[in-house]
Amino acid sequence: MTLASAIETQDLGRVYKIRDAKKKERQELVALREANLRVERGELFGLLGPNGAGKTTLIKILTTLLAPTAGWARVAGFDVMREQARVRPLINMVSGGESSGYGLLTVRENLWMFAQFYGIPSAQANQRIKELLEIVKMSDRLNTKSSDLSTGLRQKMNIVRGFMTDPHVVFLDEPTLGLDVGASRDVRAFIRRWVTEDRARTVLLTTHYMVEADELCDRVAIINQGRVLACDTPANLKRRLQRDAIFRIETDRLNGAGIETLRALPGVRSVVHRSGDARDTLEFVLARDEVLGAVINAMEARQIRLLHLDKREPTLEDVFVDLVGRSMAEVEGDAK
Amino acid sequence: MTPIKKQTGWRLYAQTIIGRAYPRVIGTQREKSWLFFDVFLPVLAVAAYVYVYRAMRAPEEYVGFVVVGGAMTAFWLNVLWSMSSQLYWEKEQGNLALYIMAPNSMMAILLGMALGGMFATTLRAFAVIVVGSLAFQVQYAIAGWLELLAVFVLALTALYGMGMMLASLFLLLGREAWHLSNLAQEPIFLLSGFYFPIKSFNFWIALGASIIPLTLGLDAMRQLVFPSGATLGFLSVPIEIAILIVLCVVFLIAARVLLAYMERLAIREGRLTESRR
Repeated sequence: MTLASAIETQDLGRVYKIRDAKKKERQELVALREANLRVERGELFGLLGPNGAGKTTLIKILTTLLAPTAGWARVAGFDVMREQARVRPLINMVSGGESSGYGLLTVRENLWMFAQFYGIPSAQANQRIKELLEIVKMSDRLNTKSSDLSTGLRQKMNIVRGFMTDPHVVFLDEPTLGLDVGASRDVRAFIRRWVTEDRARTVLLTTHYMVEADELCDRVAIINQGRVLACDTPANLKRRLQRDAIFRIETDRLNGAGIETLRALPGVRSVVHRSGDARDTLEFVLARDEVLGAVINAMEARQIRLLHLDKREPTLEDVFVDLVGRSMAEVEGDAK
Repeated sequence: MTPIKKQTGWRLYAQTIIGRAYPRVIGTQREKSWLFFDVFLPVLAVAAYVYVYRAMRAPEEYVGFVVVGGAMTAFWLNVLWSMSSQLYWEKEQGNLALYIMAPNSMMAILLGMALGGMFATTLRAFAVIVVGSLAFQVQYAIAGWLELLAVFVLALTALYGMGMMLASLFLLLGREAWHLSNLAQEPIFLLSGFYFPIKSFNFWIALGASIIPLTLGLDAMRQLVFPSGATLGFLSVPIEIAILIVLCVVFLIAARVLLAYMERLAIREGRLTESRR
């Protein structure tokens, strides 16, 4: 095996031809544009972006399921379009909320079946299934029909399926989607352990959970509208904002009033507004602490009642807002 | 963790076939409702025709024809709903992407589906034959066991080859496949002569219907298991065997070509996992 990067893309793009509602005119939808990424072996790499940002499209291309319309991509040193037969034995993929396998089969039988598609002899497959189920604390479900599993257990089974074949590169598409806190924590712990055990293993994970990307990933690429906007370690990404001052202000209900005015104040880099049941929250990224006075004056002038104020460290959410101008929730809201 | 050594080449191919056949060989027997839906209900359908023939005082062989035909409908339903439409369902379920992404051959996946389907359906067809034969006192006189086995195997090979071919085609058609399956079900019952000898048709209609492998398979089997079968047969058994061999080759090659085309097209257009198009 050469020392090629685990994943490498150059000007990668994908345009879908979609039909309108009446299936008459075909339009173009740019899902991914000029994506340049390099993920080294041993990395746990995150793709962070809202729904529809192009994360899944990128994963589909890297897993040989979708052809790019521009650029190229290599996985483990092999071209995903021209050398599919060399890429496929080295990869696996797990998607959040997937319902793969057959409900009539037990957990062991489903996992055994997928092991057959990778040429793993039965005895070794069964041994590995037992070991992995023990790690994800599912040993007692070995002979449970998969249709009888809860969402969390089902996703753990999917995770075992993805890692059971000893892939060099694993693609995880929103692996903790819809899971409760406990199951998400178990899944994250498993992923981290798997990468740490062998530094030749690589994980590319997509998520729109900021905390997940922050906690889990060695490096993160922030992606929006098909474009990779930034790529660095979570610490370095957050360091971009460390000269800024980030304040969280809770007010009574705003109904959107005056937000644009606050955004337009000198020194205000961004404002994210979140509505709550009884109170609203405004997240300000300011050029310096002194701008806060002007912000509070402007709020008073508009008779906005300030209920709580605190200053905090930047998060990846702030980095996203800084790059895109809006929060991920707002971008997803616009897309709907 | 235990180190693993992955097989490649023909061993991987064989493992894939066995792996994909498994859910049909083992899984589908778990729901005991198959005894009702796949045995009791078909026997009811057979009974209706039996009583019609007996009311008409048709030759007693006709009762046997209906029982054998009733058993063989299980194969047609299996090919239609669990072969032709299967890749579409696999796509909806999220399995198709995993099958394609794995280092196996998709042809091996289809073969596994076919072999598993054949096994599970043979159990059901056998149960219908046994129950129908006992209930209506059908008498068999096997003219040639070897020929009968050859016809059965060839008919199923050609039929499931057709199912493998249709699987790719139906996947490309997407949701419309559901309607196609519905559309094809009853006309094939008629054209294949499940409940009557196809000799009753005009020669050209019977010849046209022979493109469905069950038509000739059923006709040849009836000729081989009933004393007066030969007089009611459409073509002679050797000719029907020869045509079935041709159908096997044509459908299996077509399945392979269409599968490769479907995979290329689906990857190019994003149809494997994306609903946008």
